[in-house]
Amino acid sequence: MLLVGAEFIAALLVIVYVGAVAVLFLFVVMMLDIDFAELRAGFMKNLPLGLLLALILAAEIIVFGVMSWSSAGAGEATAVVGPQQGAPSNIEQLGSILYTKYIFLFEAAGMILLVAMVGAIVLTNRKRGGVRIQKIADQVARRPEDATRNTQPEVGKGVEL
Amino acid sequence: MIGIEHYLVVSTILFVMGMLGIFLNRKNIIVILMAIELILLAVNLNFVAFSAFLGDMTGQVFAMFILTVAAGEAAIGLAILVIYFRQRGTIAVDDVNRMKG
Repeated sequence: MLLVGAEFIAALLVIVYVGAVAVLFLFVVMMLDIDFAELRAGFMKNLPLGLLLALILAAEIIVFGVMSWSSAGAGEATAVVGPQQGAPSNIEQLGSILYTKYIFLFEAAGMILLVAMVGAIVLTNRKRGGVRIQKIADQVARRPEDATRNTQPEVGKGVEL
Repeated sequence: MIGIEHYLVVSTILFVMGMLGIFLNRKNIIVILMAIELILLAVNLNFVAFSAFLGDMTGQVFAMFILTVAAGEAAIGLAILVIYFRQRGTIAVDDVNRMKG
């Protein structure tokens, strides 16, 4: 993607996939503590058939889709051009349409991320007992009469608590 | 010279690898989620290649949107996976029949 001049998307893909998604997956794998050997049973059973089907599918898409399409089109026009000399940079072009023409798409993307974040937090949040947390209502409702006591101890004697 | 077919072939291979990951892994939900990410990545690659090929920036904007949706989907899917594991103690796909009517 760097070759065709889409620098921003290339950097974004690396950052998002390595920084966020891969770390998320690793975190969940660490948290779940699963026996993966048990889950991998039956993998070898389906392997030859699946591999065969995958190869057939890939060959079909490549041969009948890509090759026939490219041979039908103009042969010399299929070369992907890189960024032109003197043109505004990729980030500049992207920003100039992302924040004007596609502003609602941009905001919808932000909304999706917000909903995903809230959803993930709500789903994985749980109430756990036995945790000492601050109860602000109790603290505010506390009165001096409830908390303190006036005593007149005699000399040489302590105060019973 | 790298033409658009090269990008399309790479994208096709990525897509088929994702499909293969779903087909072969009948048990592990984590691998299925990763395969879905792989398929979305293949589609993203197609979008960016055609965007550069046609000289239209819309494809790159749409690729960013797909990236957003993929990240949200991964987060929600893994959150569901975590609470499911907390409930059942396993993540085997075959055992997900508790809501069977």
